[in-house]
Formats: sequence, structure tokens, C-alpha cells
Amino acid sequence: MSDTATSPAQRRPNRGYGRWTPLWFLAPAVLTLFVIGIYPTIFALVTSFRRYNITRPREGFPFIGFENYVNVLTDSTFWSSLLLTAKFYVTVLPIQVALGLAIALLLHKPGMGLLKSLARVTLVVPLATTYAVVGLIGRLIFNRDFGVANQALSVFGFGPIDWLSTQDGAFAAIVIMDVWQWTPFCALIFLAGLSMVPGEIEEAARLETSSKLALLRHVQLPYLLPGLTAVMILRSADVLKLFDMVFVMTRGGPGSATDLISIYIQRVGFRIFDLGTASAQAILLLILTIIISRLYIRLLYREVH
Amino acid sequence: MRISSGKLLHALGLTAVVIFTLFPFFWMVSASFKTQADILSSPPVWFFTPTLQNYAEIFADTKVSGAIINSLIVATCSTLLAVILGAPAAFALARYEFRGKSDLWFWFISNRMISPIVLALPVYLLAIQTGLLDTHLVLILIYLTFQLPIVVWIVTDQFKSIPADLEQAARLDGASQFTIFRKIYLPLGAPGIAVSAIFSFIFSWNELLYALVLTRRAVQTAPVVATSFMSGYELPWGKIMATGTVIVLPVTIFALIVSRHMVRGLTMGATK
Repeated sequence: MSDTATSPAQRRPNRGYGRWTPLWFLAPAVLTLFVIGIYPTIFALVTSFRRYNITRPREGFPFIGFENYVNVLTDSTFWSSLLLTAKFYVTVLPIQVALGLAIALLLHKPGMGLLKSLARVTLVVPLATTYAVVGLIGRLIFNRDFGVANQALSVFGFGPIDWLSTQDGAFAAIVIMDVWQWTPFCALIFLAGLSMVPGEIEEAARLETSSKLALLRHVQLPYLLPGLTAVMILRSADVLKLFDMVFVMTRGGPGSATDLISIYIQRVGFRIFDLGTASAQAILLLILTIIISRLYIRLLYREVH
Repeated sequence: MRISSGKLLHALGLTAVVIFTLFPFFWMVSASFKTQADILSSPPVWFFTPTLQNYAEIFADTKVSGAIINSLIVATCSTLLAVILGAPAAFALARYEFRGKSDLWFWFISNRMISPIVLALPVYLLAIQTGLLDTHLVLILIYLTFQLPIVVWIVTDQFKSIPADLEQAARLDGASQFTIFRKIYLPLGAPGIAVSAIFSFIFSWNELLYALVLTRRAVQTAPVVATSFMSGYELPWGKIMATGTVIVLPVTIFALIVSRHMVRGLTMGATK
């Protein structure tokens, strides 16, 4: 018996087993992503080679070669914005990894069943909170006059800080809100890593040594490393994307203290309406992102290759 | 009964985790029940007589209720489309080997990484040219750029776990691939499809940048309206926090439902 059933009711035997069958299933999704993803990207690429300021339509939108790119690459604001984004990344990442690991270890430790399940469930809350609303909450918490952050500081005898109107204060405030929102992400990833350690190996190691640090280093660490790689790469992409929370909290200010790259490009595009320059910046950001996601796939999806 | 210091520390640590994760959320909800005077008091008050005034005001405000309806329309339609387009693609990726498969993977997953500002600029210009600016449709379409990859990933994973024997048996009965997809994969993959739909919904409900750029008055979504309160001299804090609570509450409940899959959804399955 072959699998090419030929009942008379079937006009076409082999129905749906041809070489092109996958295409029929894939085509709708691929075509859609092409129209909404690739086509606009090509449009942005074309725009990046034009002078395109929509507040001055009389000048037309002439092609100017690489002028926008030259302008962007020699624009010190663009570089300082990228640098600030990098500074933000290297500030939040260690805090999130350290806190996340501590939380994961607390959740992995045997005992305290009910409290542990409660803590495990509450971790989801920051992750689901609308990013813009996180910014609104930040505005309330870090208000100089009636914010709870200054109330907490005063308990320890520190004077009120004008968080959102000073350069360092605003940067610290967005760091704290980002740490709040994304530490649970690290914790959940590390917790998944810890639970991959085979039970008998962990038991044996616990009998061998009473040192928690030795256990962590020699037994658990290998299982945590893939998660750490994922966190490092995904967080870098997320920081390049970061817009909503910071836009609501500080609009990139005061001055340029929180002017992360996505905020900066948004301002060039939609406040100054210099879409040619903004497109060139966006294309450069896209190239950076593609490098990052190549890295992610190379390191974490071994099964695909 | 003696409680060892280790256990005490463990309990304290876990309590600290719960307080850390819930505090900003709690602070928003509590502010939503405060009068303006209570909110503006310095130092902030922790105990107060709750009022429902803020909620009464935002539900009477057609701007807020309209925005929530807009958010619902956009998130629901785009999620449905993502599932309708994504599930068949997931079937192909789970069951067939073909040239360019890994490239397709790469492309799908890259979409998770790309900053919305990259697409917001050209889509804004294209939307002006096509008259789609400030319509539900443009948001629904653009949200598919991040929803489709999520649906495709999670559902492919689910489809791969369906035993091939079932398919073999159906083939022997003369079922076409389309029938197999409809009668075997869709029902058995339903849990994965549901999880991916919930994630799509959460991400589009929460989105701000595209909505900010691509809408004007008619289809402002809830996050856009919530942020629009943030201008002027005397900020209506109670209303802002009540709106925030109304926005966050439904997605939090959804997220609790899929909490076991949260990591998978956020990492595109790179870690289990």
C-alpha cells in the first residue's frame, strides 16, 4: 500500500504532497511580512539617500547620495546618543544579572513552597506591565515633592533629590525602572537554567561540599551560561529598542541625559521632520541589530545549523 | 519549634522579591484610589480614605473609553491575523525540509530584535501617501511585524511535539496535507496557539511608539492617551494612575495565565 491514495472521490491524487506544498503554507505569512516589513525597509533605505524634510516640501526630495550618512557619522550627537545607550546597557545589565541570579537561587532553594510559588508568579507582573505605564509610574515615584523615592531616602537621612530634572538623577531613575521591569526576566531565565541541573548530580555535590559558592561555580554555572548569553544579547537588542518608558518619563532630557538612540532618532524624524537623516540613522541602527541577532542565532540556536 | 536562621533568611529574601516586584504596581493602584490632595501631599501618605472618583471620571471621559476600545480592536484583529497567517507557516516549518529554511528562521527571529523606530519612519511616510494614517488598519498591519514571529516560533515548537504516527495514519487514509493540518495539527496544537495568541495580544496592547507616530485623534490607543495626560501644569495624577491601572490589569491577568511560558515567549525559545 502506498501513501498516494487514489480513491475515485479524489480528482487529484498526491494532493498536497508536492514539492511546492510548504510554499502554500508559508506564502501568506511570508508575503505579509514582506509587504509590512521588507518593503518599508527598502523605502527607508531609499529615503536615506534623499534630502527628505517634509516641513519643506517645496525643495522636493532630491537624491543626495551618501550625504545623509556622512552627516550622521560626523554628527557628535548621534555618537554620544549611541554611547549613552551603551552606558545604559553596561549599567543595567550587571545589576539585572546579579539580582536575577540571586532571585533564581532563592526560588531554586528547596522549602518555603507557598511563598516561593507566590514570588515565582509575581515575577511576571513587571514583565507584562505596559512600558509606557512603567514610565508613568516612574514619574510619580521619582517626583521631587511627593514621590515615594525621596520619602524612602529621607528615612535613611538623605535629602530630597530632584530626580527627573537633574542629569544624573534622571539617568538613575530610568536605570531603576528598567531594573525593576527586566530583572524578573533574568531571574526566570536563570531559574530555568538551574532546574536543568540533574537532580542526582546536585544532590551528590551538596553532600560533597557545604559551600554554596563551590556548588554554583562547579555544578550550576555550566547550566547557567546559555541563559546568560541569551540575556546579554536580548538585553542589548532591547536597549537599542528602548523607547516607551524613557519617552514617557523624561523625553530624553534633561538636556541629553537620557537621550537613548531610539529616542534620538524619533526626535530627528518626528520633531525636526528630517526624515532623510533619520532614515540613515535608522538604517545604521538596523545594521547593528542584524549583527546582534546573527550573533544570537549563531550562539543559541545550534539545532538550526 | 525552632526556625533555623537559614530558613528565616530564605523567607525574608522571598518576601523581599515579592515586595520588589509588586511595589510599583501597588503604588500605581493605590494612587488611583487617592484624591488629588492625597497624591500631592508631601511626604506621600500610605493610609488614606479611598475614592472611586478617578475611575468615575475616566470612564465618563470618552477619550479614555474610546482609546481602550481602539486598543481592543487593534490588539484583537492583529492577534487573529497573526494566528491565521502564522499557524500554517509554523506547520510548514515543523514538518518540511526545504532550501532556505534556516534563512527564513533567521528572518523571522530578527524581527524580534528590530527597533520599531526603523519601521516607524518609512511606514509613516507610506501611510501618508496611501491615506492609511490614523486608521486601525495601519496599526493592525504593523503590529504583525512582531506578532507573526512570536506565533510562528511558539506554534512551530508545539507542532514539532505532535507524534508523526498520527500523520502517517491519516496519510494512509488518503488525507491531504491540508486536511492533516486542519484535523490533526490545529486541534492538537491548540494550547500552543492559545499561548502565542496571548503573547501577541500582550505585546500589541502594550505598544506605544507605532501608535504614537501612526495615529492622530481617531484611533489613539490606550497607552497613547495615558501619555497624553502628561502635559500641562496641574497633572491629573489620580486619573493618570487610574488609566494606567485599567490598561495594565487585563494584560497582567493574561500574563499570569501564560506565566509558565513567559521565558519562551520573550526569548523566542532560545532557552527552555
